[in-house]
Amino acid sequence: MITKDDVKYIAALARIHVAEEKLEDLTKNLTDIVGYVEQLQKLDLENVKPTSHAVPLTNALREDIVKPSLSNEQALSIAPEAKDGFFKVPLVIE
Amino acid sequence: MKLHSLTAHQILELYKTKQASSKEVYDDVLTRIKTVDSKVKAYARLSTQTSAGEGLLSIPIAIKDNMCTQGEEITCSSRILKGFHPPYDACVIEKVKQSGGLIMGFANMDEFAFGSSTESSCYGPTYNPWDLLRVPGGSSGGSAASVAADETIWALGSDTGGSIRQPASFCGIVGLKPTYGRVSRYGLIAFASSLDQIGPLTKDVTDCALLMNIIAGYDQRDSTSVNEPVPDYTKALVNDVRGIKIGVPKEAFVEGLDPQVRSSVEAAIEQLKKLGAIVKEVSLPHTPYAVATYYIVATAEASSNLARFDGVRYGLRQSPTSVRKNALMDMYEETRSKGFGDEAKRRIMLGTYVLSSGYYDAYYLRGQKVRTLIKQDLDEAFKDCDVILTPTAPTTAFKVGEKISDPLSMYLSDIYTIPANLAGIPSISIPCGLSKEGLPIGLQLMGKAFDEEMLLRVCFTYEQNTPWHTKKPNL
Amino acid sequence: MSQQFETVIGLEVHLQLSTKTKIFCGCANVFGSAPNTNVCPVCLGLPGTLPVLNHQALLSGIKVGLALNAQINPFIKFDRKNYYYPDLPKGYQISQYDLPVARDGFLMIKLDNIEKRIGIKRAHLEEDAGKLMHDNQGNCSLVDYNRTGTPLIEIVTEPDLRSPQEAYDYLNTLKLTLQYLDVSDCDMEKGSLRCDANVSIRPVGQEALGTKTELKNMNSFRAVKTALEYEVSRHTQVIVSGGKITQETLLWNDEKGVTIAMRSKEQAHDYRYFPDPDLVPFTIDLKVIDQVRAQLPEMPQVKLERFIQQYGLSEYDAKVLVMDKALAYFFEQCCQQYNQYKKVANWFNGAVLKEMNERKIDINSLKLTPTNLVELIKSVEDGVVSNLVGKEVLGAMLDFGKSPSEIIKEKGLAQVSDDSALISIIEEIIIQNPTVVEQIRQGKPSAAGFLVGQAMKKSGGKANPKKLNELITKRLSNA
Repeated sequence: MITKDDVKYIAALARIHVAEEKLEDLTKNLTDIVGYVEQLQKLDLENVKPTSHAVPLTNALREDIVKPSLSNEQALSIAPEAKDGFFKVPLVIE
Repeated sequence: MKLHSLTAHQILELYKTKQASSKEVYDDVLTRIKTVDSKVKAYARLSTQTSAGEGLLSIPIAIKDNMCTQGEEITCSSRILKGFHPPYDACVIEKVKQSGGLIMGFANMDEFAFGSSTESSCYGPTYNPWDLLRVPGGSSGGSAASVAADETIWALGSDTGGSIRQPASFCGIVGLKPTYGRVSRYGLIAFASSLDQIGPLTKDVTDCALLMNIIAGYDQRDSTSVNEPVPDYTKALVNDVRGIKIGVPKEAFVEGLDPQVRSSVEAAIEQLKKLGAIVKEVSLPHTPYAVATYYIVATAEASSNLARFDGVRYGLRQSPTSVRKNALMDMYEETRSKGFGDEAKRRIMLGTYVLSSGYYDAYYLRGQKVRTLIKQDLDEAFKDCDVILTPTAPTTAFKVGEKISDPLSMYLSDIYTIPANLAGIPSISIPCGLSKEGLPIGLQLMGKAFDEEMLLRVCFTYEQNTPWHTKKPNL
Repeated sequence: MSQQFETVIGLEVHLQLSTKTKIFCGCANVFGSAPNTNVCPVCLGLPGTLPVLNHQALLSGIKVGLALNAQINPFIKFDRKNYYYPDLPKGYQISQYDLPVARDGFLMIKLDNIEKRIGIKRAHLEEDAGKLMHDNQGNCSLVDYNRTGTPLIEIVTEPDLRSPQEAYDYLNTLKLTLQYLDVSDCDMEKGSLRCDANVSIRPVGQEALGTKTELKNMNSFRAVKTALEYEVSRHTQVIVSGGKITQETLLWNDEKGVTIAMRSKEQAHDYRYFPDPDLVPFTIDLKVIDQVRAQLPEMPQVKLERFIQQYGLSEYDAKVLVMDKALAYFFEQCCQQYNQYKKVANWFNGAVLKEMNERKIDINSLKLTPTNLVELIKSVEDGVVSNLVGKEVLGAMLDFGKSPSEIIKEKGLAQVSDDSALISIIEEIIIQNPTVVEQIRQGKPSAAGFLVGQAMKKSGGKANPKKLNELITKRLSNA
């Protein structure tokens, strides 16, 4: 049902590298799980509305008032790599 | 006097009568941790900031390793967050600190809360204090084990599909998942945003009410937080269930339900009847679809919530030894491959799949619709009853390693707990027996939205008339 | 024989809203801060953080929708657009997919006096990403998250534009409309207004759309027009020579004047849109919509018509005033004090705008009041100072913030209109210019202008030219 190629595609979408030797097991796992959730296809859901939120809340709004920000030091204190006040990443080719 | 083995309400009594100081309690709990945690491994890390308590109401607490605490390392028991020190406190942490709580440390968990056994932690498993060869349940296994082993007075966990209740059941303690929106999620590292709730794990129902008083309440930093006033939950601790209607779903007694669990739960039902409750059969016909629904909806949300762990801003950053695609892509892929464990990867991929182009309608949208049906079943049942009763888990604690290589069978241990998350209603697990092997059995009660008081009342009554909450493991 | 092709263009404009705070957190919404100093756990996407919608951003969204004659959806929600990029902290952008703030609107543009309706498909709210810079020497890229979480409104047209010129006009009309709302400073240079274009061609008469390409990286309205002209021509060449257009995203290179394919040939994004579970939906009821509508200013098109009617201005003059809402308001305040509307308009469109452009500031920042300007205009009309001197007085008024009479007095700029003073100057000039005097006597009265000029110079510019002309003519006609 789910092929190895499907798994490779999904892995790329999810930015995860799956080593060749793990591909087989992972494909099997995902096939099993997707096979299990297939049972939902049995239900007639024509007139059913989807639920995105468990509690029917609406209009959670915030007033347009400035709150304190982090300092540059605080912001970068968690960075794996930083340079001159920026977060540093490998050179990105566009 | 073994201070560490007391409940919070007992300790508060001692504080009131000046028979103990918070420093003594703190020291005693710390000694207990040092004595038994090498066997139980309930804690991922101890706090680096907490010191011997001051202040009258200081109660030692263990916090699941997924609630941001400023200045402490918080990792969700994942390699990908090793070394992450959040620059802010979660709302519940603010509240705990304000109440004088003494954070002993951060409890071990299944990585990113993905699991029902606490075996997928990057720190290794936590062991069940009742039988160290068995799991404590998950994902809040560390929180539950620490309470059961008296390595803390009480603890906070999080529950997305049963992660507070199932470990509470496996460890013989009380665990409550509040109504969705009752407790702020601000600062809780998200698994499935529409299902997650933080809740108490305690030694008895009174403590559960006390801890709820501390953590519940509206928080404007969480758009899903509900602005309902917080009652004094201790007022619900009334020893009287006469006339209360308890619904038992006929679908509850499934294939795969351990016969000892079944007989304990049935005995509990009889006990409640004797105490004056009215027990009636209800039907939740879509229950068989709950696990499938959950594994679509929850993993979809999780796959998106975990996209931020990419090595750019915090946590782990890795690059492969040789170039694969390009520097940036390689960094993303290597960081996430090395940083996430197998179960996390499985769930992220499943979630990505069900949201992907061409599959959204077939899986995610369908899942959201079945969620509606499951909620409707419960709403319908609640027209005729005040609480709904089921076992918490289909088995007692299984052995370490027993289910870890069969994800699907692991998922099925959530069969009773998942519906409450999907519907957003409150649900509690309390101990109702011990198996022949001496393993705790848990009873689950689900209530109407924002009716935690009814749950506390029924559980308090049951507790007052049974011995289970006094049992402790031999450690 | 080559077919006739029709150009089809759709535009997506991203506008940064000028609310005080970001869209989902309380960080200040400002431009130009030092890197990563305007960030918080929420807009950095730290684990455990949650978004809460800025009320003002929602109201601005409704305002924009109404100004674009759109339907405001009574029930809206936010969705996650999932993709990976270093400037996107959460690994997804919070946007709106199927229930945006506004839909099915339009904007009227005027080309060569013909009005055309450009359909607005939708306008939705979303958050901006951070800024990624490339440090080639350091072999790395650098990220600044200050801009993350800036509220954006994305305005998407129907593919109703039929030429690069129409696209250009649409953008100018849109910008003016949005500026009137005070929801954004609409400045492409500052990046508060960005534009992407979709373009395709099809044989005239064909209903089906041709394959489109998406253009990005155009940094001015002019660049949009030029890029579209280039791309239309490219499409035409490809199709005429029997080729096919590939649907792709292209970057406009302004220096070279060409569009180029993006280097990373990544597979088309699968954004996996789904409703954001961290944000609840929003209901917008009629009362709120009516309140916002009541606060809408008079829109530029309406004001333009009114100015032409009420003040008897030419379309050109009215347009110049209407282009700048504050300027138009200032103009009207002057007109309340002085009913020579055309004269007032001339001053605006000439001297005042010139000063504004030279000083590079807006009308409200000039040290000028309507009362003072009217006084100046009257001074010139009444001959207290000449037109030329009047402009000098204006300059001094703006330098010192004083009234015209103060300046005229201080600098002694009052025009000399006294006959006896002028006559002596005229006598001098006549003696100094016998040839011209002869020309006048020979029947070339226009040469008097030269003498007037000379007399003006002699008087240090202070003589009343009208008076001079009168006196010279009288003097020379007398012998």
